[in-house]
Amino acid sequence: MNRIHKLFNTKKDRVLSIYFTAGFPKLEDTLPIMEAIQEGGADIIEIGVPYSDPVADGPTIQESNMVALENGISMKKLFAQLEGFRDKIQLPVVLMGYLNPIMQYGMEAFCKKCQEVGIDGLILPDLPMQQYLDEYKELFEQYGLVNTFLISPQTSESRIREIDEHSNGFIYMVSSHSITGAKAGISEEQIAYFKRVKAMGLQNPRLIGFGISDSETFSKASEYSNGAIIGSAFIKVLKNSKDLKQDIQAYLKEVLH
Amino acid sequence: MIKVDEKGFYGRFGGAYIPEMLHPNVEELRENYESIMASQEFQDEFRGLLKDYVGRPTPLYFASRLSEKYGAKIYLKREDLCHTGAHKVNNTIGQIILAKKLGKKRIIAETGAGQHGVATATVCALMGMECTVYMGEVDIARQHPNVERMKILGATVVPATSGSKTLKDATNEAMRAWINNPVDTHYIIGSVVGPHPYPEMVARFQSVISEEIKWQLKEKEGRENPDIVIACVGGGSNAAGAFYHYYNTPEVRLVAAEAAGLGVSSGKSAATTALGTPGILHGSKTILMQTEDGQVVEPHSISAGLDYPGIGPVHAHLFDVGRGEFVAVEDKDAMAAGIELSKLEGIIPAIESAHALYALNLIEYAKDDVIVINLSGRGDKDLDTYIKWGKY
Repeated sequence: MNRIHKLFNTKKDRVLSIYFTAGFPKLEDTLPIMEAIQEGGADIIEIGVPYSDPVADGPTIQESNMVALENGISMKKLFAQLEGFRDKIQLPVVLMGYLNPIMQYGMEAFCKKCQEVGIDGLILPDLPMQQYLDEYKELFEQYGLVNTFLISPQTSESRIREIDEHSNGFIYMVSSHSITGAKAGISEEQIAYFKRVKAMGLQNPRLIGFGISDSETFSKASEYSNGAIIGSAFIKVLKNSKDLKQDIQAYLKEVLH
Repeated sequence: MIKVDEKGFYGRFGGAYIPEMLHPNVEELRENYESIMASQEFQDEFRGLLKDYVGRPTPLYFASRLSEKYGAKIYLKREDLCHTGAHKVNNTIGQIILAKKLGKKRIIAETGAGQHGVATATVCALMGMECTVYMGEVDIARQHPNVERMKILGATVVPATSGSKTLKDATNEAMRAWINNPVDTHYIIGSVVGPHPYPEMVARFQSVISEEIKWQLKEKEGRENPDIVIACVGGGSNAAGAFYHYYNTPEVRLVAAEAAGLGVSSGKSAATTALGTPGILHGSKTILMQTEDGQVVEPHSISAGLDYPGIGPVHAHLFDVGRGEFVAVEDKDAMAAGIELSKLEGIIPAIESAHALYALNLIEYAKDDVIVINLSGRGDKDLDTYIKWGKY
């Protein structure tokens, strides 16, 4: 069974997913960061695949992408780093990236490689639902990869239902009209949106992302969903860290308390 | 047939590869643009402004001295005489009327050299709408007069400080700004790029160029179809406009002049079809300059308007199926062609358009062929570059 399904079968609330950019802050930090996230008590690891033009991301993640590319990360290098990571990591791991680098690697070769190294799912923000259904759904299923769609406060109810129908892991709820890391805190308007989606009784679990940064926002988001995703705030911890392991664990302890 | 399909594809290029956050906006546009554009009310306002505000129809000018030199009948389509100095305004007039009909209150746009930014700021002033233009920090420094023009017109210019700080990054920033302001804002994309329906919508607004060429040529030559149409291609909006009504007339050759910068193989080039491979950029599948690992490569051209790592999906398709002839023009040759036109015809062209002029030296044609070159913009904005170049 896919690790994402296994996770949500046993854990229904306060699921914490942590995003970081592969090859950042240093090229070889990918695996040590994964280990520290696991030891720190998070539930899902989301690895960002760096891209020169990440349009859905705010300044913090853009910068981490640039630094990682300057460090020399590439799809091949990332897969080399991930070789054998399942000896140490038991958490579900998803790759988050933009289509173009994957297309150049070859979509099928990419999916195959994901399965080989032990990746459980994908989040591809610029892959729209229709293209996924037309071109990639079968491929993802063949290689055991769970695809995750995003929804935002602008997404209509009928489209949310359609997305729910075609999802089989979790739905990524973008918390506001925003790119990643754009806003701090959670507004009344956002809570109304969280409640509205919660009341829809979707079949898939929901994780809330964008603007989640600390214990307070994590707990607030978890009240209306199955948990949350932290990205930009975690990247800031990595950026300023002198001791990755210690700082990651301290940060996660704070978020989860 | 060269025609966009229901999903926004020209052959294998096009589509709408956008984050879900933009889906409602793009879908709203896709569902409404055709019916709005087809309405009499829209057409009256659009045609009226093109005539009285932009100054259309622009002349189709028989360039006798240039013709004599090259041994062909060469006509220049004078888009350089449009208000604001280039063809860009045809599209911004169309999109701002559309935005108003959709009930939008704010306009955002990206710009490279600043021509599209100026054309957008102009129509926003005309319609009394709030305008924010995203422009790469590097371009802001090298296109200072256009930055000030936008500000005089009442626009806010926001520097794009990410990536290479040029047009590609300004486009990223504008897309991000749209994600952050999805409800009341319309994004006026300046070229035939971006997610469907933008490439087709912008091409239709620009198609007035070839619509006019047809009847103007009929008056002058007794025939609607030239033997060859030549236009420069960055993203490709002026070329799409000049080619549009000839896409499916195979006897008309379509020549697209790309910017080869310091030379196609110099590493400092923007010759996308020569150097690029299929990929996804700014929401559509097209041909783009990229590394083996799928990272977008920073292009180079002396002309900021051609300094883009991709091309519109319709042009990728014209290239793919062999309907378009693509030539690559180096900086030095474009500059020489610009100076040559200045001396022969008394017209200082934009350096973008000078690339199209130089294509005369790269293609085969018969004596007395009728050739239309789309003179997409005037050279005022490029005076500094001409002066620095010297050799005139």
